[in-house]
Amino acid sequence: MPARATNPAASPQIGALARLGMSAAAVFEQSVALLAFIGECAAAFAGWLAHPVRIRWRPILFNIRSAGFDALPIVGLLAFLLGIVVAYQGADQLRQYGANIFVADLVGLSMLREFAPLITAIIIAGRSGSAYAAQIGAMSVSEEIDAMRTLGIAPLDMLVLPKIIALLLVLPLLTVFADVLGVFGGMIMARAQLDVGFPEFLDRFTKAVSVTAYLIGICKAPVFAGIIAVVGCFQGFRAKGGADSVGRQTTRSVVQSIFLVIVADALFSIAFSALDL
Amino acid sequence: MKNGMDTKAVIELSQVSTRFGAHVVHDGIDLEVHRGEIFALIGGSGSGKSTLLREMILLQKPDSGSIRVLGVDLANISDADALALRLRWGVMFQHGGLFGALTVTENIGLPLREHRAQDDRKIDQIAASKLAMTGLEPEVGAQYPAELSGGMLKRASLARALALDPELLFLDEPTAGLDPESAGEVDQLVRKLRDQFGLCIVMISHDLDLLWQVADRVAVLADGKVQGVGSMAELAAMDNPAIRKFFDGPRGRIAQEQAQDNTQRPIRKPTWKPK
Repeated sequence: MPARATNPAASPQIGALARLGMSAAAVFEQSVALLAFIGECAAAFAGWLAHPVRIRWRPILFNIRSAGFDALPIVGLLAFLLGIVVAYQGADQLRQYGANIFVADLVGLSMLREFAPLITAIIIAGRSGSAYAAQIGAMSVSEEIDAMRTLGIAPLDMLVLPKIIALLLVLPLLTVFADVLGVFGGMIMARAQLDVGFPEFLDRFTKAVSVTAYLIGICKAPVFAGIIAVVGCFQGFRAKGGADSVGRQTTRSVVQSIFLVIVADALFSIAFSALDL
Repeated sequence: MKNGMDTKAVIELSQVSTRFGAHVVHDGIDLEVHRGEIFALIGGSGSGKSTLLREMILLQKPDSGSIRVLGVDLANISDADALALRLRWGVMFQHGGLFGALTVTENIGLPLREHRAQDDRKIDQIAASKLAMTGLEPEVGAQYPAELSGGMLKRASLARALALDPELLFLDEPTAGLDPESAGEVDQLVRKLRDQFGLCIVMISHDLDLLWQVADRVAVLADGKVQGVGSMAELAAMDNPAIRKFFDGPRGRIAQEQAQDNTQRPIRKPTWKPK
């Protein structure tokens, strides 16, 4: 995926095997660099815990607003639509068996356990993860990161930790918001298509959906937040050269963070099924 | 902090070597920069002069050799010492490196806000004085870097580099991308800073006019080594082919003639510039 892998593609005389090897080496190099970056972030965070006066509250609050509050409309709308779609897809099947009321189980469990955390993470990866990569990438290219270091301001403290912390706080909250609007969308569809009124729906909902199902969804969010913030910042720092590199790194950050979010979600599913949750 | 006061060297490089993979950038570089001088590093593109500058300002580490700046050894420096040292020098980057999200005044005030406990009014006063020092109008302070012209950007960046009253100033290509008039003004500004404030200035430049007009000593970097160090006139008399390249082209000759014409007049003619 990184720059080295694109060069062999341009020169056709390099064999497929050599190209495969180069790509593998590039992926390996990038994975090592990502691990190193995570380590640096952890060390910087430990520094904050040891000296709480060094915590930069202003950028944390700013990021809470830009990644959290400002994302409410889009997250809410898409979760609402997703709730409608899920209920609509289920409606036909349920009606055939006269199991209309089970639409509450369908919408409740699928939204709370899977769809709300996932759709929220994907929206935030596209919205905030890309913004992180673009901001840091543009700053690397225009020597602002170097300038920051020479002014005695650690870029990790100023640019990375506030984003990670803000997203860790905000993504679970956005997921709760998506839960509510997703279920609401399902309720509206249930009434329109299946004649399940709001009171009946909510009555069944409280019986069908346990607190565990809700918490399972919420506990995924901080993991997704960590992935999105770290990958976005990491790819930003790898931007070198000119504006085209910033664009490339931004694209890469979105693709990688969505990829890793879905992989993490699959791992959660395996873990929860092993734990019988 | 200042051990080794017996020497007047502000920067000492000994046997500095750097390589990127198999490519050797520096192969045993020895250099000394003295107190109060304007020192320039020149070399073709890829000669490693930018890398050398980055190694002097703690943005990069050489593979071997030692670098001492202001008497402090940069190898294995602790975070606290590195911070203390960074506050004693200022850096002007080639593209300014000003923060796009802050106004010029906020940019200049940032190092003060970070490292000196002062109230906002005092910081704004200092920022305004630095702005005036680099010859910018007070209105510029309220503008954002994206609104400035190339010459103003360089001045604003210089003002920020001067915010903490450094002892040492690093300039990366101070006149690159400027029109002849602005470049001439930068020449004067650099000299003024040295003459009035006794700053030691280290710069990278391709600009032969700037080199002839203001540099006390110049080091020529090529093939990973220092090919020669001396004043421009001394270098012009050397036979080393790597050095001759800079002086023998038509641009080199014109800049040299002009410098010799202008020895009495510090201002170069803005009507002509080699770039």
